[in-house]
Amino acid sequence: MTYSVRSATVRFGRTVALDDVTVEVPAGSVVAVVGGDGAGKSTLLRALVGEVALDTGEVEAPPRQRLGYLPASSGSWAALTVTQNIDFVAGIYGLAGDELAARRAELLDRASLTPAAGRLAAQLSGGMRRKLGFIMAIVHQPALLILDEPSTGVDPVSRIDLWRLASEAAASGAAVLMSTTYLDEAERAAHLVVLDRGRVLVQGSYDQVRAGFAGAVTRADQPVRAEWAWRRGRVLHEYWPGGDPPAGTATIEPDLEDIVIALSLARRHEVPS
Amino acid sequence: MTSDLLRAAHVTRRFGAFTAVDDVSMRVQPGEVAGLLGANGAGKTTLIRMLLGLIAVTSGRVELLGGPPDRERRRRLGYVPQGLGLYGDLTVRENLSFSARAYGAAAPALPPALTGYADVLVRELPLGAQRQVAFVAALAHSPEVLVLDEPTSGVDVLARAALWDTIRAQAERGAGVLVTTHYMQEAQQCDRLLLMSDGRLVGEGSEADIIGSTTAVAVSTGDWAQAFAALAAAGAPVMLAGRAIRVANADPAELARVLSAAGIEASLQPVPATIEERMLMLSRQAKAS
Repeated sequence: MTYSVRSATVRFGRTVALDDVTVEVPAGSVVAVVGGDGAGKSTLLRALVGEVALDTGEVEAPPRQRLGYLPASSGSWAALTVTQNIDFVAGIYGLAGDELAARRAELLDRASLTPAAGRLAAQLSGGMRRKLGFIMAIVHQPALLILDEPSTGVDPVSRIDLWRLASEAAASGAAVLMSTTYLDEAERAAHLVVLDRGRVLVQGSYDQVRAGFAGAVTRADQPVRAEWAWRRGRVLHEYWPGGDPPAGTATIEPDLEDIVIALSLARRHEVPS
Repeated sequence: MTSDLLRAAHVTRRFGAFTAVDDVSMRVQPGEVAGLLGANGAGKTTLIRMLLGLIAVTSGRVELLGGPPDRERRRRLGYVPQGLGLYGDLTVRENLSFSARAYGAAAPALPPALTGYADVLVRELPLGAQRQVAFVAALAHSPEVLVLDEPTSGVDVLARAALWDTIRAQAERGAGVLVTTHYMQEAQQCDRLLLMSDGRLVGEGSEADIIGSTTAVAVSTGDWAQAFAALAAAGAPVMLAGRAIRVANADPAELARVLSAAGIEASLQPVPATIEERMLMLSRQAKAS
């Protein structure tokens, strides 16, 4: 089974939030959507959930009871305990009794949240709260799992827990679509989609994206053309779309962050905002 | 007379029975970017709020610009909290003129990227633009100290690079900057790092100082997801860097046993540890105690 949006366009007033976007999410794999705020990540995810209607295009998604969704906002109730939050959502899907107790215990254990089971959601750290939201999205074993920035603002250790939970969900057969602003997470996905201002800049496996990247990236203390340069640590990287840096500049092997920035810059030069 | 812009001496803060910050001493000097790292709940934001005089210390002493963090000294400070501290129901221009008046400065000019938003309500702006407004508001009075709590969380890569240019420029004109981040690539852009865990300061200095004696093993294999699952199930402290699997403080022989029991072929190699691996070991110690 593969879920998808095809040729999707969504307008909010005069803003084009999605512009002819096609993304496929096959069962058993993790697809990552990367992009900053305003790129269209949440709109794409919400189109699959059925919370946003397309102006044109098609959505192929399972019915609501086979779909799990972690929204970008907290996704849990602050005044309920961890256990109450899970039981409430599980009840909506008809999960109860021993079956619920076993499922809850298993998920709490996998998310390392068992010691916090009796704590109010309001008293959880940011990372714990996102893991609780994840459990609530997956408690009914959905066919399609949609996670909107599960790891933003989450520390590196909890981020690894979240990633493990997502890859386990995919390994047990779910189609997983997650958005992220962390490019090292996107590298891990079977398929990554880079969105920029409503359009797909590039998509494919990490190896495909790297292989398809044209042009050269150089490293220097001072850029030759400031409008094509960006900061990486203490040095600057610079993009040469034609692959023609001046002789003597140090060319580097670009990583995903360099590639995304270079392609975004190229689009800015082509289509000013 | 010290040149410390921010100073904490044996500072502790309790909330009821919970110790959020436990005997922390640290300082920030002019011209440096100090990075404050730690897991969610490690005490970073509580420490910042004490340094700025927004909450009281339970014991110990904090100094802002050489004295208690009172209103007069806070005028010489720029602060961007995690929640940004803007008024959603005011426009960009109104927010900036309000904060400039509060600091006794002239209202700042809008940078080119924001001019189109001057009369838009802040709550209607994308998050990245809101962060830029919060930066402009915090910098309008040329503060001597700049405190930034997760300034780039949720921001795209281009905007992140631009915000770090701004941070560097502030340090170069002599301001002291204290910045928290969960993004280790950003930690590497700091001049000095401070690592908190469970309310305590557990490391200070360069990246190498923070990593200390933590070691790591890199696991190379065809199917990283399978190897990751097998090692995690065995309770190993597994981390991921892109698609590379790494295990902190591990015995390669033990890892080889786990992997071959799961029928996975892999090669193992000792590698330098990262800050994240040090944080993982700290969080495991905290859980065990």
